[in-house]
Amino acid sequence: MTRKPGPSSIQRKPTPDGPISRSPDVPIASPDHRITRSFKTKPALVAYVTCGDPDIATTRDIILAACHGGADIIELGVPFSDPVADGPVIQRASERALKQGTALEDVLRMAAEVRQKTDAGLIVFTYLNPMLRFGMERFCVEAAKAGVDGALILDLTVEEAGDYRRAMAAHNLDTVFLAAPTSPDQRLKAIAEACKGFVYAVSRTGITGTQKQVAADVQGLVKRIRKFTKLPVAVGFGISNAEQFAEVGQFADGVAVGSAIVQLIEQNPGREAQAVERFVRGLKSGIESAATSQS
Amino acid sequence: MSGSALKKEKQVPGRFGLYGGRYVPETLMAALEQLEREYDKAKRDKKFRAEFERLLKEYAGRPTALFHAARLTKELGGAKIYLKREDLLHTGAHKINNCLGQALLAIRMGKKRIIAETGAGQHGVATATVCALFGLQCVVYMGTEDMRRQELNVFRMRLLGAEVRGVESGSRTLKDAINEAMRDWVTNVRDTHYLLGSVLGAHPYPTMVRDFHSVIGREARAQILKAEGRLPAAIIACVGGGSNAIGIFHEFLKDKKVKLIGVEAGGRGHELGDHAARFRGGLPGVLQGTFSYVLQDAHGQIGLTHSISAGLDYPSIGPEHAALADSKRAEYVAASDTEALEACTRLARTEGIIPALESSHAVAECIKRAPKMKKSEIVIVNISGRGDKDIGILRENLKIG
Repeated sequence: MTRKPGPSSIQRKPTPDGPISRSPDVPIASPDHRITRSFKTKPALVAYVTCGDPDIATTRDIILAACHGGADIIELGVPFSDPVADGPVIQRASERALKQGTALEDVLRMAAEVRQKTDAGLIVFTYLNPMLRFGMERFCVEAAKAGVDGALILDLTVEEAGDYRRAMAAHNLDTVFLAAPTSPDQRLKAIAEACKGFVYAVSRTGITGTQKQVAADVQGLVKRIRKFTKLPVAVGFGISNAEQFAEVGQFADGVAVGSAIVQLIEQNPGREAQAVERFVRGLKSGIESAATSQS
Repeated sequence: MSGSALKKEKQVPGRFGLYGGRYVPETLMAALEQLEREYDKAKRDKKFRAEFERLLKEYAGRPTALFHAARLTKELGGAKIYLKREDLLHTGAHKINNCLGQALLAIRMGKKRIIAETGAGQHGVATATVCALFGLQCVVYMGTEDMRRQELNVFRMRLLGAEVRGVESGSRTLKDAINEAMRDWVTNVRDTHYLLGSVLGAHPYPTMVRDFHSVIGREARAQILKAEGRLPAAIIACVGGGSNAIGIFHEFLKDKKVKLIGVEAGGRGHELGDHAARFRGGLPGVLQGTFSYVLQDAHGQIGLTHSISAGLDYPSIGPEHAALADSKRAEYVAASDTEALEACTRLARTEGIIPALESSHAVAECIKRAPKMKKSEIVIVNISGRGDKDIGILRENLKIG
């Protein structure tokens, strides 16, 4: 599948005075750009899974079930031996996936299968080292071929991302970067300019994992990001139930749910896909009921 | 592949050739930028420098002696051997240099909570010590495997008032302790300083930690010139993350005739998982914030390591060492567990000095190399720490009753 670059009212052009290396060859997303479309129903549900947990075939079924249940974008988590940004739930899932021998190429192969059956956005979610070993250029070629829409590298910040962004752009792949509550405006500006597809706002200072309450300052972060971009903003880290999903959905374009899904997979051996589908549907219907009660 | 993906101009701060940089989750970037700014200001601040130097002298016990090991020299029959006695410092290793410097910085930044990782426990003890000295809260992460083999240091840290948190993940050693410390830092970054213990991690750590330890080389250079009127032919130091090595190497980088030799942990064999010799089996990659040589598998998963010495048991190496290896300014070799044990015993019996098992790797290389050198040549071995903490392991392995 090819994506045609074209004019867009959705994504603004990068300004020429950004602090990081410019990528003049970055094509502007067209309205039929898949990630842009994924954010049409707001808030979009961004669902994370650790690929290969419990095994790669089951992950494929889980993803298709999540899409069936209403997930708009799937984050394909590549397991890594040293996940410094992840809490215990995703750490355990990564260990299980690595015991299965899951590698980036398995994730891409599975993504291609998933792409045959769904039009949901597919974002590879990884740490940098597995991608470096795989090869940045090779990743771009294989990911585009598999029908993947983009990537988010947890430990790659905009300063170090010049070559990565150029390679991704050359293959029409989106680059999503994290924006944190601790990022000053100057950094948010650079991040917003480096992002394609959407911006991923981290809800709190911390690692991935469920928590009881949504951090108070996340709405402020989303507002600050919006000063610098018209791209959709998805909020993630620590959002685990329909109530929080609805709460964040009032001010964010997308809501990412990770550890809660991974935990369900851990707790439902043999019926992971059904459990995830039911959960995802519940998150989405929570939004609908919240919307109804508000109006 | 990785080279082209990460190519940078030479002059970028925090880059050593291709290596170094800053590869962390975005949440930590503001803190790293603050640390970099604060460190830049502090190192130009006369008051800061004077206070750091005063503490090194009056609290840590600098300068450390440069000792001529006459009996070892005679036994080996080659180069004249000098030992740089970092083992004589307060807390028993060079680690205190860096801890004093970073604690002063943390105070400048108004951060009252200190976290650290430790492998052998020496950095943990030094951190707990400076926290006690300055009245700072201290949490040390340590792999449970390391807690077992360095039990005495765990007790010392607790005695000093630090909280020691055992880390159960991965191989339960230094790498896993760093992961956990980074997770703590991401979570508590606003009021916490991460007192990283080696020339590892994201910029500015490799540069800053090196600077705090560079006093080792400055002293050694002045001392050898005073004692012998000339420079050594070689300097030997063990390399885990590489802080004691870079500390003694740095002042000699411009003295091209002085060979710089880093000794990695050769462990018990050559397979991935049996050693920590990054230059023997590692490839450039990113681990825990920096781009350097990393022991890893074909898929970029970080390899397990083994060494009898917890302080060298780490799959990556400081980025400046990676650059020094590529440019061949320094040479990196490995000593096995057995060679380190033998070297430890030998130094104990010839000079009455029990070196830490980490430093014993450097002594092992000296034992191999000195006999092949001319009698007119000088070699300096950095005894980065003392062996008291290793008595349990030594007793287990040496069977001397």
